[in-house]
Amino acid sequence: MSVATSPSFRRLLNEIGAVDSVGIEERVAKYGTRSLKKASKVFGLKLAVSMVDLTTLEGKDTPGKVAALCAKAQLPHEQSSSQANDYPTVAAVCVYPAMVRHARKALGGQSPVKIASVATAFPSGQTPLATRLAEVKAAVADGADEIDMVINRGAFLAGEFSRVQDEIAAVLAACGKSALKVIFETSELETYDNIRTASFLAMRVLREGDFIKTSTGKTSSNATLGNNQVMIDSIRDFYLETGIAIGMKPAGGIRTAKQALTFLVAVKETLGDAWLTNRRYRFGASSLLNDLLRQLEKEKSGAYQAPYHFSEATESY
Amino acid sequence: MSAAKAAKPSRRISRPAPELIFGDFWTFDPSPETADPKLKARYDLFIGGNFIAPAAGGYFASINPANEQRLTEIALGDATDVTAAYAAAAKAFPAWSRLPGAERGKYLFRIARLLQDRAREFAVAETLDGGKPIKESRDFDIPMSAAHFFYYAGWADKLAHAFPGAREVNPHGVVGQVIPWNFPLLMLAWKLAPALATGNTVVLKPAETTSITALKLAEILQEAELPPGVVNIVTGAGETGAAVVAHPGAAKIAFTGSTEVGRRIMRATAGTGRKLTLELGGKAANIVFDDAPLDQAVEGIVNGIFFNQGHVCCAGSRLLVQESVAEAVIAKLKNRMRVLRVGDPMDKNTDIGAINSREQLDRIQRLVATGSKEGAKLYQPACKLPPKGYYFPPTLFTGVHQSHRIAREEIFGPVLSILTFRTVEEAVEKANNTAYGLSAGVWTEKGSRILKMSTELKAGVVWANTYNKFDPASPFGGYKESGFGREGGRHGLADYVTTD
Repeated sequence: MSVATSPSFRRLLNEIGAVDSVGIEERVAKYGTRSLKKASKVFGLKLAVSMVDLTTLEGKDTPGKVAALCAKAQLPHEQSSSQANDYPTVAAVCVYPAMVRHARKALGGQSPVKIASVATAFPSGQTPLATRLAEVKAAVADGADEIDMVINRGAFLAGEFSRVQDEIAAVLAACGKSALKVIFETSELETYDNIRTASFLAMRVLREGDFIKTSTGKTSSNATLGNNQVMIDSIRDFYLETGIAIGMKPAGGIRTAKQALTFLVAVKETLGDAWLTNRRYRFGASSLLNDLLRQLEKEKSGAYQAPYHFSEATESY
Repeated sequence: MSAAKAAKPSRRISRPAPELIFGDFWTFDPSPETADPKLKARYDLFIGGNFIAPAAGGYFASINPANEQRLTEIALGDATDVTAAYAAAAKAFPAWSRLPGAERGKYLFRIARLLQDRAREFAVAETLDGGKPIKESRDFDIPMSAAHFFYYAGWADKLAHAFPGAREVNPHGVVGQVIPWNFPLLMLAWKLAPALATGNTVVLKPAETTSITALKLAEILQEAELPPGVVNIVTGAGETGAAVVAHPGAAKIAFTGSTEVGRRIMRATAGTGRKLTLELGGKAANIVFDDAPLDQAVEGIVNGIFFNQGHVCCAGSRLLVQESVAEAVIAKLKNRMRVLRVGDPMDKNTDIGAINSREQLDRIQRLVATGSKEGAKLYQPACKLPPKGYYFPPTLFTGVHQSHRIAREEIFGPVLSILTFRTVEEAVEKANNTAYGLSAGVWTEKGSRILKMSTELKAGVVWANTYNKFDPASPFGGYKESGFGREGGRHGLADYVTTD
């Protein structure tokens, strides 16, 4: 039985309501026509900088690479001494569990930049639950402020919703005080109905301040405006129903400042002002940061600077 | 104190009801479109391929409804000018109608391309003249107008295939066309393109408040070297239109506008042997069932009623929502309305622009006042309207019943009347309980219900899980007091020819 015909799926979908894919794509196309100029553009760009989870998730990551990433996170762009440094730090660095202690060492205990770690056998999640939970606990013990977990897509697609939800709850318990971000890997869920269903499954066990997140960045298609919209619509519905505000993190595929601004317009017009903060909205990205900075510098000087003016501490994703 | 302490409810209950904040944390700077509309200080009539002054020498001001400033002045044509226009059209008819279809098609292709070349300029002119948001004239009106010319250009040499079995396909002769102010250039394209493709010549009368893009199109017709007299444009007010309709030189009249004027035209043409097509008003039902994807339905409702400030004959102005989801739909709709941006039509971020004229604004205000008086409940989101110009905030009425005037009369503004229903039968009955029958919308996840509804709804167009979708290939037209005849598609050709 496919997930779409399973009784538990139909029951939940009846309760939370279906999504029309044509309609949602029409809606998100309108965000791109918003024209942001001058001060509103600068404001949006800085807001986006403050929401970046600066990420490195490579097999070849080393303590040195992570240290460079942390330095970039705290000082995104070195400006000439005549100018005040008015760029915010990014929200967090996002690293593998084994790199958490190196990140903590680089950032120290007082940094405003949080450490997020992708635990639970990222990106596939295909290890026994006990292994995944142990990984989460280790990352938290090493100093991770936030845990990015992947859901069990195998169980979801097999229609085992309780198992998916129970596992999220178990990971949440293992997080202790650290915030949890639940990655759906939207490209593997495929349909908007599935994404909305997964959103509600997760939100019903999450705490205020936890996040739902589109993707790992490790598959062919990642965050899209459509996926983002289905998830923020779900967050809005859940908030209005329960008063619990869940955060959102699109990840992967957002590389340009223009894209990031369009995502933020979607947030502004769907969830409103209270979500225009890095406590409730993040971008999982790495190359995005330098494009944001490049656009910000262009607004100051009126001219685009060469890419080599911006420090490089990330790659891919 | 102690009583208050004792009564202190649990933390969760004491929380205020969750609300979304759509405030000014991140405001958008003005983003005006700056292309030059290239307006002339004065526009004359376009007769016999030339711009000529009106016989009586009168002109009237064309006002920008967004700021009440004068844009230009337009010739006031009278019966003498209309006769001259018909004479020019009659003179051009024999050669034009005998031209091979492929040749006529070439002219239409040329017009379409020239229009595309000057799309931005035309979009700005359309917005200045009519008050619609620049994003709509830029993304809908102008591209769709060009698309209609392209579409009918393709038919010009294939008329034999449009009417299988017919031995002969002949144009009527001179066609009189009177168009409305809500989509000035698009309605012109809907009428002009099929008339020219089939070999008719035309006397066209644009709406009084929105004549500019028709006269700019006349410049394109000159540039395309369309033979003189094939298209003649006579501007003016109601009397000019009456003269166009009543002229004995017309073989056919095509009108889009209000049902009231449509009735008068039908009387004027009765017994004259003139062919007639009318595309009139509407009071469309947009029907939302409880299994519909609600957020997308809300988007469709917004698009259905607030597109072009609700100045749309097929606007989804009556929302019929199933009782079990009414509360949810209305709550979602209100939140959605809070982020609609009302204001300067030239701003690229404006969703709802200016009402077309003072007269129309008065009418909307009058009907809204009636709605409140008859007991319906009004909701308008907080929005700042510009100090000058004709504006009306997006508005919805809940608790509307079939007997209310706002459920029966066409308001032609950004005003939505919300009614509820319980069963499919009741939805059909309420939807059809109107003098109009132009369009309808159905929102449901159930395919069989869509088919059933589209069979039972007496409406020319039924949209399923979408609203206000147009395509040159798709016929459009009404039932009952919404008129007769079809525009668009192969069907749109049929009203411009006689077949034998």
